[in-house]
Amino acid sequence: MMYDWILKFPQAFVFNPGSAIDDGIRQFSRNHRASLSAIKSVTVWMLNGIEALLGMIPWWALILLVIWAGYKTGRRWWIGFLYGVMLFFIGTFGLWKLMLETLSIIVVSVSLALALGFPMGVVVAMNRHVETVMQPVMDFMQTIPSFVYLIPAAMLFSVGKTPAVMATLIYSVVPMIRLTSHGIRHVDREVVEAGIAFGSSRLQLLFSVQVPQALPTIMTGVNQTIMMAMGMVVTCALIGANGLGMEILVATNRTEMGRALMPGVSIVFIAIILDRLTQGSIRKRSGKDR
Amino acid sequence: MSRENSDVLLSVRHLRKFFGINRTAARKMLQEGAGKNDILKKTGVTVAVNDVSFDVERGKIFALIGLSGSGKSTVVRCVNMLQRPSSGEILFEGRDVVRMDKRELYELRRSKISMVFQSFGLMNHRNVLGNVAYGLDVRGVGRGERERRAMEMIELVGLEGWENKSIDDLSGGMKQRVGIARALCNDPELLLMDEPFSALDPLARRDMQFELLSIQKKLGKTIVFITHDIDEAFKMGDTVGIMRDGRVEQLGTPTELALSPANDYVREFLNSIDKTKVLSVRHIMITPSCLIREQADPLTAIREMRVNDVSTAYVIGRGMEFIGIVTLTAALQARLDKLSSVSSIITRDVPQVGHDVLIGDIIGAASDTPFPLAVLDDRGRLEGIVSRAAILSSLS
Repeated sequence: MMYDWILKFPQAFVFNPGSAIDDGIRQFSRNHRASLSAIKSVTVWMLNGIEALLGMIPWWALILLVIWAGYKTGRRWWIGFLYGVMLFFIGTFGLWKLMLETLSIIVVSVSLALALGFPMGVVVAMNRHVETVMQPVMDFMQTIPSFVYLIPAAMLFSVGKTPAVMATLIYSVVPMIRLTSHGIRHVDREVVEAGIAFGSSRLQLLFSVQVPQALPTIMTGVNQTIMMAMGMVVTCALIGANGLGMEILVATNRTEMGRALMPGVSIVFIAIILDRLTQGSIRKRSGKDR
Repeated sequence: MSRENSDVLLSVRHLRKFFGINRTAARKMLQEGAGKNDILKKTGVTVAVNDVSFDVERGKIFALIGLSGSGKSTVVRCVNMLQRPSSGEILFEGRDVVRMDKRELYELRRSKISMVFQSFGLMNHRNVLGNVAYGLDVRGVGRGERERRAMEMIELVGLEGWENKSIDDLSGGMKQRVGIARALCNDPELLLMDEPFSALDPLARRDMQFELLSIQKKLGKTIVFITHDIDEAFKMGDTVGIMRDGRVEQLGTPTELALSPANDYVREFLNSIDKTKVLSVRHIMITPSCLIREQADPLTAIREMRVNDVSTAYVIGRGMEFIGIVTLTAALQARLDKLSSVSSIITRDVPQVGHDVLIGDIIGAASDTPFPLAVLDDRGRLEGIVSRAAILSSLS
């Protein structure tokens, strides 16, 4: 009896900060109600705006746009056409409106992630100390299960699309930071030296040499961010974000395979289209496609 | 001394550069006379440049040569402060570059010193014109003016018609032309060239060397030229410095180095070079021992040759002008024929050269004739002769 602690982890060492953290978040949410609700209203405003914008585009125009973009980035008509067919299928599944809702969450959270991730990436690239701190933080953010982001988002912003945007933003901003700083740091040494040798100031060097030279890598970051957001937006149905994810969640709860399949395939289609379009534009920029 | 100072554009004084953290310890070990390797082992500090001093005169090309890791690239990067020297002075037009503040340094790089890189350092997000105009862009020169001047430089390096092409479409030689045009576009006083032609194939390299020399002649720019190719250094440099392990082993004109290498390392380095491309006739010519006048009689000629123990005599006119040679055989025949002077038996088609001609250029002429070559000054006076033996010994 006395030597139980050898075999079992002793009760005395158990310490659970979980509830303390919960209290902390609640406290935070109470203290910053004003700023939180300001963030929320801005997000909602953006979401509504984007959704209205997407809704204004007739379905056939959106399909034509995708066909054209596919041709522009892939250099072949049939590639664009394939994307158009994929989009058309989503419509035939009866999921057009839900797709637009999902798309608007993605657009908002990705634009926020880019607006936040790019400057952070620049700072990380420029400052060794910031990099030392950010590296483990970003590792942590990328490894932690994505579900975990849902809870604080829901605690701070209740349910709906705003916490979905926030959770998606936090989850998808990491590759943008990482690849921006990676791209800037790995610009050819002599090209950077040339920039300095001709008398560039630090800002001139950054914006006329380093960022343009790093653009292919930064665009890969954009692509990665979109893909991460695609993954997260489905999970966000758990905190009440409407869209394709919600459809899958409902079907899962009712164990209706057929009903879950259609939105699932739609998500795959959107992911393929977004991925290929962004990657195609990267290849075009870096000049490897010629 | 004062005359020298007025010509000197760049003067590097006791330049040192350490890489690593524990630099104070390294400096101390260096003062105690420790070697580079010992310092690296004990302190982890690399002594890249160790007490380098040299002067570069305005309008001249200074070539710095050494194997990789000898510190030559670090030296040139210290001149425009791409790397901050650990100690020493870099006087440009008499002002110490090391002590300049940020603004002065920008100004220096924008208008006084520019640089050409080994792997070109071109920006592939700009086209040829955009790259050449980069320096002016940084200076804030307006678009019209910028492009007009960039076009001038593009024409100077022979790339007209390519100004709107992408950098990725150019060959190595053309890329470096862009690099040179970009460097010249700011109209700098000093051009730093860090192994500019090392990445080019031999043919393109020869073209570019020639082109750079003619551009330099046209614009009179001062150039610090880094290379690991001794032939290139000797071809380009008015003065050459040979570096090893962060030190300059010897400084001098190509001829000085070729004639009197300071130590075995330099000698070893020079062994790989073709001396006939550095040394000129002046360095191997000797004074002819047997001179006779055109009016001399055959007996005098024979006597002169006997005394000097040679079989040919050099015939000169009243003003020391070279006329030809008389062989011993011809002189003996002339005596038998009872001729009164040697003037009718002079061999007049002796090959003649000036004293500045490179040895490499006379090998052909020397092998076609049985006589030594006559070295004449620009007024046709005999300065000396070059025997085939002398040419052969200069080849070894």
